[in-house]
Amino acid sequence: MADELYLLTLHAAARGLRSGTFSSVELTRSLLDRIESVDGRVGAYLTVTADLALEQAADADTRRASGRDGPLLGLPIALKDVLSTAGVQTTCASRILEGFIPPYDATAVTRLKNAGAVTLGKTNMDEFAMGSSNEHSGYKPARNPWNLDKVPGGSSGGSAAAVAADECLAALGSDTGGSVRQPAALCGCVGLKPTYGRISRFGLIAFASSLDQIGVLTKDVTDAALLLGVLAGHDPRDSTSADEPVPEYGGELNGDIGGLRIGVAPEYFGEGLDPQVGDSVRAAIDDLRGLGATEREISLPHTEYALPTYYVIAPSEASANLARYNGVKYGLSDPQATDVDEMMARIRGRGFGSEVKRRIMIGTFALSSGYYDAYYVRAQKVRTLIKSDFETAFQDVDVIAAPVVPSPAFDLGAKLDDPVAMYQSDIMTLPASLAGLPCMSIPCGFVDGLPVGLQLIAPPFAESRLLQAARAYERARGNLPAPLKAIDAA
Amino acid sequence: MSIDRSQVDHAAELARLELSDDERERLRGELGQILQAFEALNTLDTEHIPPTAQVIPLGNVERDDVVAESLPLDAVLDNAPRVEDGQIRVPPVLGES
Repeated sequence: MADELYLLTLHAAARGLRSGTFSSVELTRSLLDRIESVDGRVGAYLTVTADLALEQAADADTRRASGRDGPLLGLPIALKDVLSTAGVQTTCASRILEGFIPPYDATAVTRLKNAGAVTLGKTNMDEFAMGSSNEHSGYKPARNPWNLDKVPGGSSGGSAAAVAADECLAALGSDTGGSVRQPAALCGCVGLKPTYGRISRFGLIAFASSLDQIGVLTKDVTDAALLLGVLAGHDPRDSTSADEPVPEYGGELNGDIGGLRIGVAPEYFGEGLDPQVGDSVRAAIDDLRGLGATEREISLPHTEYALPTYYVIAPSEASANLARYNGVKYGLSDPQATDVDEMMARIRGRGFGSEVKRRIMIGTFALSSGYYDAYYVRAQKVRTLIKSDFETAFQDVDVIAAPVVPSPAFDLGAKLDDPVAMYQSDIMTLPASLAGLPCMSIPCGFVDGLPVGLQLIAPPFAESRLLQAARAYERARGNLPAPLKAIDAA
Repeated sequence: MSIDRSQVDHAAELARLELSDDERERLRGELGQILQAFEALNTLDTEHIPPTAQVIPLGNVERDDVVAESLPLDAVLDNAPRVEDGQIRVPPVLGES
């Protein structure tokens, strides 16, 4: 038994810990061994904090022995390297932050620790969360555990790959335009991006502040609900965190979706969608109907404008947020520089990778004098139209079902030299991000041996409804007839 | 939409971003291509549409003006490349001229 503990879900492992079948130290060792044996091929982690994890695990076992418990007591979880971790190097996969050791934990990390979690390390990602393939990591690419020649998606590619390769029980990610849902879909795990403001962003290194939201990547829907319950809630240190009550997400998952109205928008099933991916998602919607849900056609007419809207707004916000990386307070230094402007330009030229430079340049251009109204303000206006499309749709339906990504995972290198083609990988995740809506990716099938995801989108703060629908589908679906993962074949 | 080299140079200067000649040339092409994709936004009539800067119904958030515990100075300065007497040292900010 002990050698297979790394395969468990959070809730199954919690049961094992509570019943005393195994200890957190045994569970944590099993995961560290798994990381040791497969991560050389997957590249999911940038930093593995083995000693710290074993210390936390021993502490969790001691606490349990003294009669204490916690929702995540003794459960090993991985953290995307965009989250600040006190005393543990945090780089955002950027060379510009090499060696940066934050003096404090992100609120999400504090909440995990307070719930008793064991933290395994920091996962790989696209630099500053900008990318859809994890190839824009400043350190190394991560690979898709189902097929090591394919990308795991991005930007939370390391977190998705770590969950899919059983190198953690669950992972935190962040989602600005699809960075939790897209890699979750491509790696065949569950990805949940809650409503903007549902989880505190304090200590989440900023990319595009009006869009950024922490999300979770898990092996099943029950685990996503468990983690959301720990992470959600108001934080006085993030004034944009929502002061909304936090329901018992996990306790409400009875799988009853009778009468649920599911909206399906033809805009998500048009040109560019791989037909087999479309079939797989439609079959999942049929399964939901079979559980008593009703399907209604809706229209989200401004869907096609989400891509240009996002790629104006997000880089604009990024160009401002990334101004702080200038060699003064942290990160790379340049002792040879003779004035401060020269120092900043040289450090930024050396420390940022190609995609980050590209986005800083787009954003700087869009915000510059003479272009601000034509690009930035116009994109903000179209954002209003996209948001109101959803508001209109949600007058008639309870959740919206769609694909997550137009096609399964692509080859490493396939889109690296074509930024617009890479950006198009996000077309189905961007609209809900621009509207700040809670949304999920749930595995719904395989195409050519690679996972496909079903996307569900709900109105603001209707995470319970989202999880309920996802759990109902997951139960009806059962275990997918999955091919052997490449990572387990060798 | 095509972008000329002076526009690339101007944006790079505003962004305090040192770029090689190769990078500038590549970005010139890519930015033109990306800005071309933005043209789709001009096909919509947005004259009477209010802009959305953020999606949550939230106004100013205020708190009481009370002194709270902060991180110790050492912890804050620990990551700075050059520190002297509890302060961060940088090269000259104003030109010599």
